Order: sequence, then structure tokens, then C-alpha cells
Amino acid sequence: MTLELLRETLFLEKHNTRLVVLGVAFLGATAGLIGSFLLLRKQSLLGDALSHATLPGIGLAFAVMSWMGLSGRSLPGLLIGAAITGLLGVILVLAIRHTTRLKDDAAMGIVLSVFFGLGIAILKMVETIPGQSAAGLDGFIYGKTASMVWSDFFLIIGTLAVTTFITILILKELTLLCFDSNFASTEGWPTLRLDILLMGLVTAVTVVGLQAVGLILIIAFLITPPTAARFWTNRLSHMLILSTLIGAISGWIGASISALYSNLPAGAIIVITAAVIFLLSMTFGTARGVLPRYLRHRKLQKKVGRQHLLRSTYEILENTQDSPPLKNLPISMELLRKHRYWSKGELPKLIRQARAEDHVERQPTGELRLSESGFGEASRITRNHRLWELYLIKHADIAPSHVDRDADMVEHLLGAEIVQQLEAELELAKSTIESPHLIEAES
Amino acid sequence: MNWTVNDLHIILVGGLCAMACALPGTFLLLRRMSMMGDAISHAVLPGLAIAFLISGTRTSWWMFFGAAIAGILTALFSQWITRFGKVERGAAMGIVFTTLFAIGLILIKQTADDVDLDAACVLYGALEYTPLNLVTLFETETTILQVPHAAIVIGATLLFNILVIGFFFKEFTMASFDPALAETQGFRPRLMHYLLMTMVAVTTVAAFEAVGSIIVIAMLIVPPATAFLITRKLPVLIALSLIVAVLSAILGQVSSQALPYLFGLPETTSSGMMATASGFLFLLAWLFGPDGLIKKRTGELEKPMELED
Repeated sequence: MTLELLRETLFLEKHNTRLVVLGVAFLGATAGLIGSFLLLRKQSLLGDALSHATLPGIGLAFAVMSWMGLSGRSLPGLLIGAAITGLLGVILVLAIRHTTRLKDDAAMGIVLSVFFGLGIAILKMVETIPGQSAAGLDGFIYGKTASMVWSDFFLIIGTLAVTTFITILILKELTLLCFDSNFASTEGWPTLRLDILLMGLVTAVTVVGLQAVGLILIIAFLITPPTAARFWTNRLSHMLILSTLIGAISGWIGASISALYSNLPAGAIIVITAAVIFLLSMTFGTARGVLPRYLRHRKLQKKVGRQHLLRSTYEILENTQDSPPLKNLPISMELLRKHRYWSKGELPKLIRQARAEDHVERQPTGELRLSESGFGEASRITRNHRLWELYLIKHADIAPSHVDRDADMVEHLLGAEIVQQLEAELELAKSTIESPHLIEAES
Repeated sequence: MNWTVNDLHIILVGGLCAMACALPGTFLLLRRMSMMGDAISHAVLPGLAIAFLISGTRTSWWMFFGAAIAGILTALFSQWITRFGKVERGAAMGIVFTTLFAIGLILIKQTADDVDLDAACVLYGALEYTPLNLVTLFETETTILQVPHAAIVIGATLLFNILVIGFFFKEFTMASFDPALAETQGFRPRLMHYLLMTMVAVTTVAAFEAVGSIIVIAMLIVPPATAFLITRKLPVLIALSLIVAVLSAILGQVSSQALPYLFGLPETTSSGMMATASGFLFLLAWLFGPDGLIKKRTGELEKPMELED
């Protein structure tokens, strides 16, 4: 029965929750979009400072409106107040950063704590203004999702539209600002004004989100979706779309779940939904996720290990034979181990691997012998290594006695195309190349 | 405005708390981790709720451990996300603390709705009520010296912080300025990092019940930042930030009584005003300090910085 209810809520079939679910989803989309730029600008916590800095504005707006004889609780007034102090807070952060030796984190921390403290003091003061009820003003701290009405909904839609429009309009400038702001300013872009415009957009999203999810949890909306999206892609455009989607989905699912259980605070559920998506992305994200990265690393390590093994075997064969046509003779394990100083556990692992790939075979005597295909592979790998060594000696002025390690750092990533380029560059097309540092190999 | 012995008690608690926070805050500032205080003080919420779930009481010790563990976990999780996920530190911190805060909100809503454990209390604290719970230090026939219970808890925290920092001063300094060098010298900067995080967590938790987390965040960041604008020497930096901390507490309490009076309103929260006062002191240092805005505008160009030995 609960599942049925959840389905109804998720698919917006229930009239009374449709508005809230849609509203929060659109808010999540907007925050996800604009938060991406904050993340790339390495300013994620600025949303934190900003949202805390809105509190005194809410209190002051209430006081001013009461003093003018209006209702102190008029929402547009409160939000305008919030936006003013929020933006002031952000500008102060920028000012502290530009005029003192203090770094970002301290600047944000100062604005956040002082403004929030001031906000609480002001809220406490205005509570006692006669003839006005300030009760519920602190609802902005935790948010009141369920009380969303049509005007809030239109406000959110409007913000989303404006933010998307501006983002598309100045996407190039924002991209430049995020990736290389110094370059942007030397190229003559007005980086400070762009920064302030970006902050203005963040302020708009934050202030609109205050009512819906509260000032602490809107921070999560600005940070979590873009960070999650970053794990899946290295392209900005993809990241923006993905982050918008993740924000929307977290809002959608979170608001639906909380609509079913009256005692679950919606803001919190939304944040946790986003956090779950983040965890999944961090683990499985194809571009930078932990698991794919680990697997790629393992694969590379395997390849490097195999190439080391084959090249060592080949080098030993070269060292133990005098006349050129190189014969594929069995070599002893001990000799092999000493050649690269493998540990006792490492070498058998590599050999198991190479045997599975049919590159080496074990002789009845316990010695190791390259297979037909292994011999060819070993000769190719060794040749590549030496090509690279020669290139480094010739063009990077690396001493022959040191070049082995440097070549080792890059040779495993060589593709066939680069090998051809190397051959052309070095004017070498021989099938075998002698080691440029024979002294080391003989020792 | 009427000044009573209560105000002295509030200043005592607030001042001790401010100093207890300013000490680890100095090193947080040097390590560019000031926002960690903010993250930890939000993230202790689930620790408190779980401690309540397990123990069923609001006994201070349970709460203390629950919150301290949650605080340390915040530092640990952000570290992991930064390291394994290669996420920028600020973003990692933001994700961890908002998630933990959300979990805390849900736990509290589910379990402790009827108990006096709400998020608002964690945020604002109840500095005004500390004089209600007094402990007698000593009593003679003519005089009686009483201090708030909270003053003893926070005084102990301050002492703990002084001892830890005094004992590991060299290690902390080295780890803050040059972690790589510290590592090669065998000073274990990572251990120092977690020790610092533990200190921040313990201080946050000890203070939250009495004064609320907002003052903790302010005092972790603002006094050291203010001192940082005035001096470049570490011992002076620490001393100055302690002074700024105490001044904020005094100024905050005075203005919490005096400021609303100007508008014809009754008093306001002490902790909020203490945070505001520290911001005011920062503003003064920013404007009038050695490389303050005023001086920059009127004076000649700064001379290049010279190394001090």
C-alpha cells in the first residue's frame, strides 16, 4: 500500500503533493546548474556563507516592514531583505580575500558566523516588536517544504528560467572564469563583474530555496549534485546537464518520500537522497569514480608488470649470449629475480599472469622460457623502451646512465602511432636496437 | 539596562568558551581549514541523537562522546572523500556536514521529539540560562564564590586545549606551516591533523550545550583571523586571538543589553551578539590594522615584507 502511495506521489498523481514535488525538483535543478560553477570555481562553501548571511536580512526586513506599518511577514519583503544581506555577505567575502592576507576559508567563515550571529540576535530582538508576530521566522533555518504554495512555485520556475537563460548566454565567459580566471582577466574579461554576476545567481537560488528547504540544507543542493556529476564526465556541458538532472531527481524523490511520512522533515530527506546519489557516483562514476579509476589503475599496473617481466627476460637473454641471432633459451628464476629486484611474492604473481597470457612457459627444470608469442612481444617491448631512451638522450639531454628510469615512466603508455613517430624522428627502422647504456645492463 | 552578577557569569562562560575555541582556531586558520569548525559544529547533531537513543538519557557524558565521535567522523569522511574521490576539500566538507546534519534532524524528529533536545537549542545555546545552574567554589562566613556549572566544563576544555597545544606546540607549528618537512622530521603531521580535529570536536561539543554552536564557529575563526591581520608572529598571534576572544565576549554581552535598549526593545541573545562583536573587532583590524584599508589608501606603498629571524 505504501509502495502504491509512493508510486502515486512519484508520478505526480496525487493532487496535494504534486506542487511540492515539482517545486522542489525544479529548485534542485536550478541549484545543481548554478552549483556546478561554484564547484569548478572551488567556491562550494560560498553557498554556505551566503545562506547564513541571509538571516539578518530576514530579521531586518521584518523590522523595517513592521516599522512602516506593513505586515512584517510578507514573503517578498523578507526575501528581498535576505537577498540584500546575502549578497552583501558574498561581496564582503570577496573584499576580505582581495584586500587581506586571509584566505577563502577564513573569509567565508568570518562572514558566515558573524552574519548568522547577528541574524539570531536580530530575530530575537524583533520577536518582541509589539503588534507583530515573528513566530515562524526561524522556519527559514530549517525550511517548510510542505507549506509550498503556488506563488513559491512560480518564483522557483522563474528563477530556474532566468538562471538557465543567463547561464546559456554567458556560458563561454563562465567557463573561462572557472577554468582559468587569471587568463580571463589578462584577456580583458571583466572577471570581478562576472564573479559578482555568478554570486548574484547563487544568491537568487539560495533565497528562493530558503523557504523550501531551509538555509542549511540549500547548501547541500548547491554542492552535492555538481560534485556527483563531476564523477561521470570530464566535459563541462555534460556536467551541467547531469548536475541539473541529479538536483532535480534528488528533489523529486526526496520530496515524494517525505510527503508520505508526515514526521520526516522534507529538507533532510532531500539532502540524504542527494548524498546517496553522490555516494553511488563517487563509487561508480565512469570518469572519476573510485571503482573505475581503481580498475583502470589495476589494468595499467598489470600491463606495466607484464612489460617489465618480458623486457627483463629479453635483456637477460641478450646479456648471456654473445652472437647476434638471439636464441630463446630458458633462464633461471633466480637470475630473473635479481635482474629487477622483484620481491619474493611479486615475481610468481607476474609469472602466473604471463603464463595465463601464454607469454612464458615453465620448463621441467623449474626454469622459465619465453613462448613464441612472448618472445616477439618481449623483443617489441624492449625495442620500444630503447627507442624512447634514445629519444630522451637525443632530445631531452638526459644522461645515458639515468635514462632507463625516465623511459620507464612513459614507455608503457606508448601507442603504435607514437612509436612510428619516434622511429621517424630517430631515423631508425631496424628491428632490434642495442641498449644505449650497456654498462648498466652488464653489471 | 540593568547590570547584574548574572552578566558577569555570562561573560565568564562566554569568555572561557571564546578562548577555548580561539586556541585550536589559530591552527585551523594557519592550515586553511577554518570552515572545518563550521562543518563539525553542524555535524555533531546525529552524534547527539544517537547517544540519546543508546543511553535514553540526556546525561552529559553520553552526549559528549556521541557528539565528539560525530565530529571526528566529519573530519575523517571529508578527508576520505577528498583523497579517494579527488574532490575539492570545501565541497567534500559541505557534502559531509549537510548529510550528517540531515541525518541528525531526522533522528531527532523520530526519537526525541518530546525531549528537550532540539536543533534550535544546539544552534543558539542557552547562554542566558547558565547563571541558573551555579556551583560553589568555596564558601567562608563572609564571602561565597559561585560560578556557573558551564564555566567549569568549558574551563576544563580550555585547560585541555592549553595542555595539548603547549605540549605539542612544536609539532603543531611544523605541521601547519610545512607538513612535508614535518613528515621528514618524524613529526607525523597527519596524526597532528586528527589531534587538532579531535580538539575542535571536543571544544565544539563542550561549548554547544552552554553557548550554542554559532558562537563556537565565530570564536574558532574570527579572533584568530583578526589577530592574523595584526601580527605575523605565531606566539603573538595566539596571544592576540585570546585577547580578541575575551574582548568579544565582554563587548557582546554589554551590547546584548545595551543595543536593543536603543531601539526601545528588551535584551537580545548574548551568543549572537558575541559573534557580532567579534565581527566588529575584525572590522576594526581590517580598517585600521598594520596593513589596514585606511593605511593602504593614505600611506605610501607597502615595503616588501622582510623575513624575521
